[in-house]
Amino acid sequence: MMPGPGRSGLILEEPLLWEKGKEGRTAFSMPEQDVPECSGEVDRELLGNGPDFPDLSEMDIVRHYTRLSTWNFGIDTGMYPLGSCTMKYNPKINEKMAATPGIAASHPLLADELSQGALQVMFELQTFLATLTGMDAVSLQPAAGAQGEMAGMLVFASYFRKKGEKRNKILIPDTAHGTNPASAALCGFKPVQVKSGADGILDPKIVAELMDEETVGIMLTNPNTLGLFEESIREITAIVHGKGGLVYGDGANMNAVMGLVDFKRCGIDIMHLNLHKTFSTPHGGGGPGAGPVCVVEELEPFLPVPRIVKGRDSYHLEVDCPDSIGRLHAFFGNFGVLVRAYSYILSMGAENLKKASQLAVLNANYVRESLRDVLHLAYDKPCMHECVFSDKKQQEHKISTLDMAKRLIDHGYHPPTIYFPLVVPGAIMIEPTETENKDDLDQFITVFKDVAREAREDGERLRQSPMHSKVRRLDETLAARSPCLTG
Amino acid sequence: MRYLPHTDTEIMEMLAVSGHNQVEDLFAHIPEECRYQGEMELPEPLSEWALTDHFQNLAANIRSSSAKAVLLGAGSYSHHIPAIVPGLINRSEFLTAYTPYQAEMSQGTLQGIFEYQTLTARLLGMEVANASMYDGASALAEAILMALRLTRKKHTVAISAAIHPHYREVVRTYLQAGPFTIVELAVGEDGRTDFSALANIDDLAAVALQSPNFFGVIEDLERAAQTIHSADALFISCFSEPFAYGLFRSPGASGADIVCGEGQSFGMSRSFGGPGLGMFACRTKYQRSLPGRVVGETVDVEGKRGYVLTLATREQHIRREKATSNICSNQGLCALTAAAYMASLGGTGMRRIARLNYDKAAYLRKGLVEAGAKLLFRTPTFNEFVLCFDDDFEPVRNRLLEKGIVAGMELGNFYKEYKGAYLFCVTETTSKAVLDTVIKELRI
Repeated sequence: MMPGPGRSGLILEEPLLWEKGKEGRTAFSMPEQDVPECSGEVDRELLGNGPDFPDLSEMDIVRHYTRLSTWNFGIDTGMYPLGSCTMKYNPKINEKMAATPGIAASHPLLADELSQGALQVMFELQTFLATLTGMDAVSLQPAAGAQGEMAGMLVFASYFRKKGEKRNKILIPDTAHGTNPASAALCGFKPVQVKSGADGILDPKIVAELMDEETVGIMLTNPNTLGLFEESIREITAIVHGKGGLVYGDGANMNAVMGLVDFKRCGIDIMHLNLHKTFSTPHGGGGPGAGPVCVVEELEPFLPVPRIVKGRDSYHLEVDCPDSIGRLHAFFGNFGVLVRAYSYILSMGAENLKKASQLAVLNANYVRESLRDVLHLAYDKPCMHECVFSDKKQQEHKISTLDMAKRLIDHGYHPPTIYFPLVVPGAIMIEPTETENKDDLDQFITVFKDVAREAREDGERLRQSPMHSKVRRLDETLAARSPCLTG
Repeated sequence: MRYLPHTDTEIMEMLAVSGHNQVEDLFAHIPEECRYQGEMELPEPLSEWALTDHFQNLAANIRSSSAKAVLLGAGSYSHHIPAIVPGLINRSEFLTAYTPYQAEMSQGTLQGIFEYQTLTARLLGMEVANASMYDGASALAEAILMALRLTRKKHTVAISAAIHPHYREVVRTYLQAGPFTIVELAVGEDGRTDFSALANIDDLAAVALQSPNFFGVIEDLERAAQTIHSADALFISCFSEPFAYGLFRSPGASGADIVCGEGQSFGMSRSFGGPGLGMFACRTKYQRSLPGRVVGETVDVEGKRGYVLTLATREQHIRREKATSNICSNQGLCALTAAAYMASLGGTGMRRIARLNYDKAAYLRKGLVEAGAKLLFRTPTFNEFVLCFDDDFEPVRNRLLEKGIVAGMELGNFYKEYKGAYLFCVTETTSKAVLDTVIKELRI
């Protein structure tokens, strides 16, 4: 009997959309042609043949996507301890709220007085996020964390341009998300890597050596991607500020510290939050997310336009902001995602949000302590919301992190984040989140221990896994060498 | 709280394992000077019932949504959404998954995105498409950055003034940190882009157009392609209303090199402008310069067909500061939605709905012109068009608003030269009765 929930079951095959269908079928409820046809008048030079899409019936479409969905795994299916991604439960009520007809149907370009309810949601969410982080002002416009980072880097650039200072380097720790250096480079800065110390956190001395007056500042994640709190954050931010620089905080790991850490007090000048992580909005197999940026007062003039402003008894949009970095999105960002996060914060309240962070950290420490005998712990100190192991112990049996990750699939778990952060070879980064209960954690721990046992006793089984999934290990080299991106 | 499953007993048991006495001890290493002072000031938690009431009140305070008809597009369109599309795409297995890093347990998302890429490429007349960008505006900005990468030493891009004004703003935001020059091409008297300024540009990397453009006007893409290519530049064609390609020739078939735009029309509600879908396609020869994620077909160890995220060496998590883009999360679920929507329509349905959009818009346009309005441009349009009026249109618009009809948008905020002109949109969702009401109101 396998200890986890994974079992083999019936898998239904389903072809590609265009491998089925017959011309003339439709799944669309055609509206009435209640006006005269006149498309025949169009200049023939401009006409096309329309796309080569398959014609399918409603039942064809329903079966197609239902079958596809059964090959997928979401949080609703099972535990998804994907480190750095905060795969917590996505409340159903938030979906319902975002689908409220009046909210879902609102057009983004009508006069402010026709859109007050939508502006109120955004204004209040801005206020909530400012409260949560300790920062002074918020823009909800960035459509994802990476766009928030970009907004932050453009704010850096605008700030120094306004001061008339030419600076072109930025400090980025070796534990950073890959988006950090990419976002900085997009905004014209040259990333300078800061090595983390032997204890997994930044050493202020190293920051002091690298920080100079050609450097705009530092971009760091706190808690960092090793799941550790940057304990010297105040010293580091003081060093950066002392050289006239700014501090960017990647708030991807906010779920560890709601109501516990004040980022403004830490010396952060601007940070983004991932609403699809900490604030429970579903990730949708890739997005949409939302990456609001929160800033200290001094940087507020640089935030993207439009700004949402509260007047005496109404809300309005302000576009006349001469120092603004400009617009990042055609409209207001992923509004539907903002609505879900707003709904989540209203459902939770301050006390439960703080408790969520406490339990997320408790869960991670519990897993860390429970697995430390079977997996090598990269840094032996208390963690925040996630813990990072490696495959060091399994390497002697020629079993890698990948093999263990794939074996977890057969057991019915989504694997943790693997091979990240890069500073830990063979990293296994586990973030259970607060919505997993102790029974489920215990089962996961039992399974992982069993996988570690198999690594010692039955390595071939791991190397052959997964065996119960729709497909087995896929040839990624082939996919990249001769790309087939369309059918 | 129902999302927090721990009992007090369990918390104590777990603390015993982690070696702590109380939950607060887990945070003992956080320096005092970093800690949150006091408790956060947020509203008291709401029950599901109270929350629903709150949202009903908010929705009631969005007057535009209770309107019978909003005859305005400008990048956000009202189209019929078949019940099956949200019904299927909001299945938990799609909705609550992360990016498909573990391909073996993400084949639903991966095949779905592969199908999206394929239908997108077919729609736009291109060879390959990526897995999505944030929206039409950032897709255009990324397309321009891609063109600048491809053309290396050239630093100037020309963008049509008939591109959605917000898209152009986003392009400026994205390009502001680089050594780039943006030249804006004027709108001609026919509502199409005027290319005459191109001749004076030395290091032209790319030219970007939108068709249908912001005024709904169909650009002559074939002629544009010739002009742009003979200037040795790449041709970027963007859009905000992809339904147009059910009737008009696709940008790819007209000679564009990169095609991108907004896919909100394909199954996403307007939702105050987001989430929508940045669609992005290009020629095969440029595929390794694509921004964002792409799904590719491959085989598993048993030779069985399967799908993976591929060409990862372009991306931020591998290339870091040398990546083709910083994008990580995209609009995956919206891409899946668009695929299900395109499949629900089929080629036949797509052509029919596109024609119906054209017919309905033409009916209103003709009716209003007969009632005294004047066409700002005489060039063919799709489902949007611009009208001018001899008398102030605002009183008519206000009377229609009282009847629950939002009749167009004044263009003065976007184009000073078109002050007093109004942009209208009619889709298949507007009944003839509503259109007749608008026409009648202008006659009064």
